[in-house]
Amino acid sequence: MADTKHETKLLDELEKGPWPSFVKEIKKSAEKNPVGHDLLGQLELSYRDKISHWKHGGIVGVMGYGGGVIGRYSDVPDQFPNVAHFHTLRVNMPSGWFYTSDVLNKLCDVWEEHGSGITNMHGSTGDIIFLGTTTDQLEPTFADLTANGFDLGGSGSDVRTPSCCVGKARCEWACYDTMKLCNDITQEFQDELHRPAFPYKFKFKFSGCANDCVAAKARSDLSIIGTWKDDIQQDDKAVAEYAKNGLDIQKDVCNHCPTKCMDWDGSKLTINNRECVRCMHCINVMPKALRPGKERGATLLMGAKAPILQGALLSSVLVPFVPEDELMDTIKELVDRVWDFWCEYGKNRERVGELIQRVGMGNFLDAIGLDAIPEMVSAPRDNPFVFIQTDEQEAE
Amino acid sequence: MAEQPVKRVTDIGPPHYEKFLHPLIKKNYGNWKFHESMAPGVFFHESESGDRIYTVRAGTPRLLSTQTIRAFADLAKKYCGGYLRFTSRHNVEFLLDNPDNIEPLKADLTKIGFPVGGTNNSISNIVHTQGWVHCHSSATDASGIVKAVMDALYDRFTHEDLPAKLRIALACCLNMCGAVHCSDIAILGVHRKPPRVQHDSLHKVCEIPNVVASCPTGAIRPATTEDGKKTVEVVEEQCMFCGNCFSVCPAMQLNDPENDGISIWVGGKVSDARSQPTFSKLAIPFIPNEPPRWPGVVNAVVNIVDVYAKNAKKYERMGEWIARIGWPKFFELTGIPFTKYHIDDFRFAGTTFARSAQIRL
Repeated sequence: MADTKHETKLLDELEKGPWPSFVKEIKKSAEKNPVGHDLLGQLELSYRDKISHWKHGGIVGVMGYGGGVIGRYSDVPDQFPNVAHFHTLRVNMPSGWFYTSDVLNKLCDVWEEHGSGITNMHGSTGDIIFLGTTTDQLEPTFADLTANGFDLGGSGSDVRTPSCCVGKARCEWACYDTMKLCNDITQEFQDELHRPAFPYKFKFKFSGCANDCVAAKARSDLSIIGTWKDDIQQDDKAVAEYAKNGLDIQKDVCNHCPTKCMDWDGSKLTINNRECVRCMHCINVMPKALRPGKERGATLLMGAKAPILQGALLSSVLVPFVPEDELMDTIKELVDRVWDFWCEYGKNRERVGELIQRVGMGNFLDAIGLDAIPEMVSAPRDNPFVFIQTDEQEAE
Repeated sequence: MAEQPVKRVTDIGPPHYEKFLHPLIKKNYGNWKFHESMAPGVFFHESESGDRIYTVRAGTPRLLSTQTIRAFADLAKKYCGGYLRFTSRHNVEFLLDNPDNIEPLKADLTKIGFPVGGTNNSISNIVHTQGWVHCHSSATDASGIVKAVMDALYDRFTHEDLPAKLRIALACCLNMCGAVHCSDIAILGVHRKPPRVQHDSLHKVCEIPNVVASCPTGAIRPATTEDGKKTVEVVEEQCMFCGNCFSVCPAMQLNDPENDGISIWVGGKVSDARSQPTFSKLAIPFIPNEPPRWPGVVNAVVNIVDVYAKNAKKYERMGEWIARIGWPKFFELTGIPFTKYHIDDFRFAGTTFARSAQIRL
């Protein structure tokens, strides 16, 4: 492999300044593998031309899988032959992105042997990203990954690599075991993850409370958000301690409550828990005094996505509360019904959220066998154009 | 005897997380009682049993060499028994049981160039996409802009002096691999020219019905070239440059050096704390690509952050602050011109019109 350094006058500007530099990272990689020099060379050309020099992907992968590898080819391979093929592998991360030094070193060994040595920690979906290798190295990389206990993640029209917040491992607010559920769901749907058979992608994201540290409500087809049913656990002594230490409980806590369900009389905080919407603000501000209740579980919301194609959507409520110990079974049954309907009626590249918009939530609920309940809407419809079904009229 | 082929292992899924948990985390799993900040980027969690796990968080450029990953692994070995994790915003977190190791670890991180911070009311790391480093449809770079913006906002990462947390995300085209559409500030690469149809190759590389169906506004129609090749034509005034046709068909070339660039969006959030999750709204429709240091984008973001920091009340996220003062005031305070492009004209546009006479005059 030719070890050609290219001039990188523009990129060198991005080595300056206090924030850690990705250009330095690529240069470090190039010390071990000259692929990095050609990547820098092509990127420098992009900086000059103000345009990407990657071609549209191609279909590459490992045997038996339809996802997990993103094909990538240079549109200037003559100038930068070492990145003529520069494919990405998505490697399924462990729940919560926890590692030991030893396992990280092993992953590095694999990637230094078979690829550029350049990674993303992590990709937006959550995978460990191995950035840049050739087609002939895909199988050997995969073999070494599985030998070390790792597998590929999702890509294309399949279950995308599920991700979760840190949950019970290091957070007192986790209303269910996000890491376990994420891992269990990932293992349960290995076939759906590796072999694309859907109209488009399907994302699961698990957040232990409404703070939603993995942005499930904004970007996952099924958003599992931890919540509780009983009363906020309240330690009055600790509340008084916060007040003594200068927290203005009326202004900083009560006034920000979205349902105004809290009263502070200067010495005692009273919460009307039946009017609480579990927004987390008061708990966020006073973590020593207030904690989620003890009867914990999750709200299931469906349909979030980025703008492509009909516009961005946030997930909306399907099931207001599922107790923690019923989450696995409920989710399995729910996605089974949703996927059945989506696979039959979904159009090419249509996410579940868009399908719901197209067929109507009422029809979608009928299809998956859920009853309409007021928790599903912010308000009932305000237009009179109701598609009343004729068989229901006849039944009256 | 012929050698038996090695059995191919597939569908094993990720390794079980339990193998990688600090013994103290394993012991107190699900029994954490509260947490407390110690300094920007440093906090501890205390369990019901009184055990404490300390976390030191540092920013990374997301794109990491194996050498840097090994350097993190070495630091984890040196200070915390080899236990570390990454966050959803590309930060690395070291998990310590001995608080005496916090300062030496911070010093070592600073020495190798990774800033400690990104907690509470700071600007955490910028979630971002691949850009020109690895993507074919990017309208701009990702890593370079993030680097330039974070250089300018470095002190906002290492200090916690904002009214509330501020989350910035960058996606290099409308596909939004980074799902940036619910961020306090979103930096979004945009195309502004209709696709250039490659009539010579389209019939060879794309399925025409798929290309036609891919267009959300019905702007693409089947056509035949003068020399009889099957192709498509684009009704240019119906194109809003989403790039979906390019995603399904490489012969719909979209990238354009002079007209691609960046838009800035503000006021989104995903958390339910106080107010409900909301989308980010358009602040600046277009800033040209200015590699290598993107001064236009950097100045625009710094300006919005500074105006927010000066005017928002404690606990107000960007969108909550704007909801209180109103959009006219936001545009006035930031000096950003309001244009016809800020008024929605896509589906159900009326939901964002001012439909009341409640106006701050």
